[in-house]
Amino acid sequence: MNAPTTSHYPAAPTAQKAESHTLSVLVDNEPGVLARVIGLFSGRGYNIESLTVSETEHAKHLSLITVVTTGTPMVIEQIKNQLDRLVPVHRVVDMTLSGRSIERELAMVKVKGKGDSRVEALRLADAFRARVIDATTESFVFEITGKSDKIEQFVALMLPLGLVEVSRTGIAAIARGPEGM
Amino acid sequence: MTEEMSGAEMVIRALADQGVKHLFGYPGGAVLPIYDAIFAQDKVQHILVRHEQGAVHAAEGYARSTGKVGCVLVTSGPGATNAVTGLTDALMDSIPIVCITGQVPTHLIGNDAFQECDTVGITRPCTKHNYLVKRIEDLPRVLHEAFYIASSGRPGPVVVDIPKDIQFAKGVYSKPKDFPHTGYKPKLKGDIDKIKQAIELMAHAKRPLFYTGGGVINSGKHASDLLRELVKLTGFPVTSTLMGLGAFPAADPQWMGMLGMHGTLEANMAMHDCDVMICIGARFDDRITGRLDAFSPGSKKIHVDIDASSINKNVKVDVGIVGDCAHVLEDMVRLWRSGAKHPDKKALGDWWKQIDKWRSRKSLAYRRSNEVIKPQYAIQRLYELTKDRDTYITTEVGQHQMWAAQFYNFQEPNRWMTSGGLGTMGYGLPASVGVQLAHPKSLVIDIAGEASVLMTMQEISTAVQYRLPVKIFIINNKYMGMVRQWQELLHGGRYSESYSEALPDFVKLAEAYHAHGIRCEKPGDLDHAIKEMIDVDKPVLFDCVVDPKENCFPMIPSGRAHNEMILGDAAESLDSAITEAGKVMV
Repeated sequence: MNAPTTSHYPAAPTAQKAESHTLSVLVDNEPGVLARVIGLFSGRGYNIESLTVSETEHAKHLSLITVVTTGTPMVIEQIKNQLDRLVPVHRVVDMTLSGRSIERELAMVKVKGKGDSRVEALRLADAFRARVIDATTESFVFEITGKSDKIEQFVALMLPLGLVEVSRTGIAAIARGPEGM
Repeated sequence: MTEEMSGAEMVIRALADQGVKHLFGYPGGAVLPIYDAIFAQDKVQHILVRHEQGAVHAAEGYARSTGKVGCVLVTSGPGATNAVTGLTDALMDSIPIVCITGQVPTHLIGNDAFQECDTVGITRPCTKHNYLVKRIEDLPRVLHEAFYIASSGRPGPVVVDIPKDIQFAKGVYSKPKDFPHTGYKPKLKGDIDKIKQAIELMAHAKRPLFYTGGGVINSGKHASDLLRELVKLTGFPVTSTLMGLGAFPAADPQWMGMLGMHGTLEANMAMHDCDVMICIGARFDDRITGRLDAFSPGSKKIHVDIDASSINKNVKVDVGIVGDCAHVLEDMVRLWRSGAKHPDKKALGDWWKQIDKWRSRKSLAYRRSNEVIKPQYAIQRLYELTKDRDTYITTEVGQHQMWAAQFYNFQEPNRWMTSGGLGTMGYGLPASVGVQLAHPKSLVIDIAGEASVLMTMQEISTAVQYRLPVKIFIINNKYMGMVRQWQELLHGGRYSESYSEALPDFVKLAEAYHAHGIRCEKPGDLDHAIKEMIDVDKPVLFDCVVDPKENCFPMIPSGRAHNEMILGDAAESLDSAITEAGKVMV
């Protein structure tokens, strides 16, 4: 027999391997809907790694929330079911499970520098297909889109070249092929 | 048919159109227009409680004993925050409630106005859904939607927050229509292929059992009837959670008693050793499962629940069926009959023999006394003296609640109102007020503890005002008994702050409220005192002074599995009850 614990709750389960999943959540575009989704994540102890929200169809009053979360397969299943239970939620699609989705992120990266590092930043930006969207004699703002790891790599390269700050949108995802959500 | 009226009038009109007869509430500045509308009509009767928490619990008792939606009206700020405990309780136990809260006028929202609070923000995690109505045009739709959402699918509380200027505003009222919501569509019918899989598993089971819960009660009387039919057809044993008591009659030989932390030995052992578990409308709560990694290790599990998020939440199941209990049970009964299923008679016979061996341990046994009233004895006598009447039982939370669940034998659904999920001390007295209002001719008893009942004692005043003859049967052991029991078992007997010091004289307290007080201290006087309690046509505070040292057994200690229960010292020992064959299984 196990030694008795001093709590009247069961012990925490042993840690299992967590997976990262991208969920697309179609919701009514109404006040408080984002608070409901975020409150669900914080209240039940789920992780949010990335979150994007925007209106998608104005006439239908619908918004799309794309959320990247981590958890064991059982927790991911819970998250989807809990989201689906919210009254303003229309659909929840697990983009990672469907396996046929495209994920993109946009970042704006401000780099400050002169001389060689400035030239190097511009050269790297070109290699990453980042666009210059603002420039002064001592700085650039680059706009870069792509998968998250591409953006992270670009930011890492900018760090020694005078990185000032980064603003990222978070991930947007869509399924390949002709079908909609 | 549309009519123009004020927002406040719409509220009362919508309640009346939804068939609401009683509204539990407490007035205040931000709901005065609605109280004005109440004054001008007689379709909806307002019940004035003494605290907003009591209003929600009363509405819960009303809802759970009738299957209808319970209605609450409270003011802004403290009115809304006081209701939060009740709303959370209703969410945890899936009770349909519509709670209307007043709010400061829209132009003051966010200004920290007098009696302002962020009601929708505060109640978002403790309601099934909530609304802040900012336009009078939305009000009729929102009110009707609130009733639909509260009562459909997995029921729960819904808050409608209405600013005072919207209550004054004039608008066009419309009657309830079909719900146009595209995102919210509860699924009632279960997937027939999965139900077939379940039936196959059941047909080949050797050690099956039904584990049922509050979902069967919520699904309506029909669900209980179908459960009884399926249990009879299959010949399988049945156990139930705290919330599900009454769905299957306790007098039936196939009934094993409640399961879980303070469930019977036979129910928990059967859960542990079964090979097919059929869970209907229960949610594998931690009070039920005990240690998860040792929970029913050898069984195939079937889970029927209307809430998809309940399936595979705590325990991985083999067949998950999303649907309403009554609908799924109907399909199960039909498939079982049409397939003419005959489970292995010999295996089932052996299984029943094993269960009878566990039963013979008499896990609920306790030492009797002629000197002092044992709490279990008090509830047994209460049961014997009230079982032939039309009786409804509510409880508070603690030892008395578990003893009530163990010793009061429920034969019908909707007769048992208790706070299971949230475990709210102070639930039972206001809940009994709501039950009595819904069933004026019935006997309504709150089996209480002396600590719990003091949390909402003021509602006895409500009972007196509306001549609701509720019986508050206080199992008075002068301790927060369950706290003391845990301190004894887990904290070295250091009874930190669990002694009920400076208790009131409950008989005098009853008199002060113009209710009737009875005290009973000797087992020999108990029957007479209980009869007096039943006969008095008034609210009664019954101070039943019991053995302060008694603990609630059997129990699954913390961190243990179902087959590691502790029994009380009066239960039959292993050796005397178990034969050689049975020992292998224990």
